[in-house]
Amino acid sequence: MIAPFFKYGLFGDEASLILAFLVGIGFGFFLERAGFGSARKLTAQFYLTDLTVFKVMFTAIITALLGIFYLSWIGWVDLSLVYVPNTYLAPQILGGLLLGFGFIVGGYCPGTSVVGTATGRFDGFIFLLGLMAGIFAFGEAYPLLEGFVNSTDLGPITLPEALHVSYGLVVFAVVALAVVGFWGAGIVERRFAAR
Amino acid sequence: MAATVATEAMKAGAAARHEAGTGPAPYMNPYLAGVGLGLVLLATFVLMGRGLGASGAFTSVVAVAVEAAAPEHARANEFYVGYLENGFGHPFKSFLVFEVLGLIVGGFLSGALAGRNRRTVEKGPRISTRGRLGLAFLGGGLMGVGSKLARGCTSGQALSGGAVLSVGSWAFMLMVFAGAYALAYFVRRQWL
Repeated sequence: MIAPFFKYGLFGDEASLILAFLVGIGFGFFLERAGFGSARKLTAQFYLTDLTVFKVMFTAIITALLGIFYLSWIGWVDLSLVYVPNTYLAPQILGGLLLGFGFIVGGYCPGTSVVGTATGRFDGFIFLLGLMAGIFAFGEAYPLLEGFVNSTDLGPITLPEALHVSYGLVVFAVVALAVVGFWGAGIVERRFAAR
Repeated sequence: MAATVATEAMKAGAAARHEAGTGPAPYMNPYLAGVGLGLVLLATFVLMGRGLGASGAFTSVVAVAVEAAAPEHARANEFYVGYLENGFGHPFKSFLVFEVLGLIVGGFLSGALAGRNRRTVEKGPRISTRGRLGLAFLGGGLMGVGSKLARGCTSGQALSGGAVLSVGSWAFMLMVFAGAYALAYFVRRQWL
């Protein structure tokens, strides 16, 4: 076990900020390469003419998923030290729905609106102002929302734990679903892009 | 220094395309870009033991702004306090704030190299610029509320939480797609 490096104290807080900046550069670079600085490219996903969002997102998920799975399997990464967000089922379902509405109405998500703004998209900048207004509204309403926000707390539960199957089986299932999805995405695009 | 590098990169990219007589470079193959993005995420897991994010950085900005305007009001609210005490020393000395600064640089660099950096408003032909900007603000607002309810956005929940197989992250991700598809028909004039 040698990783996560930060958790094993290989570097401190200050160095972690430099790394944060560097991984941020990589993150932004690939988002822009994929076309995610463009709201029209992003929203085409929801009119089925261009399924790049699905393809990029699921390729990224299975790449990181397989990577972390193998690195933990060969003993290089302690998976128990990799942060799994707590599940709060009800607020996450409602939050996801609102985020989906915001995605098609606003044209971006928070990360892609930063890339849009950085590449000159003024609508991306206005989206960011809206994002901060929304966060402020949430903050002001927090005393009222607090009960709901902290409800249905299931802890840092993972799919293999919830389904009572092995981690490897879920990894395999996700990869298999993604591959079928990629194949289906090609068919959908050929059908809808032609119209 | 970063600005010089960026300017030079932009010039080099533009010059290469001028010689070739072409417009902006085509986007990268989505699967290749996905692998690149996945490796960045994997590197973050291995280095830090945590994933990527975006909305959290803007929450830090909002919390600091509220505290500057009304310190007692901010300190009485657990939500703001969580972000005010998030960094070490200063709320901006946090992983997500520095990562988002990198996000700006990385996006700009990639756009510059491809000749895609351009002052414009992304919209379909059937909506006014003012209408589009209004909807961008509204959509951002919905996402601000949604991302705080869900404790993260597409980066922190769907991508990072999804890759570590969090139950809530997968439920969240399905709902994002469901929500966007459900409303797509009603805002089609904005995009098509």
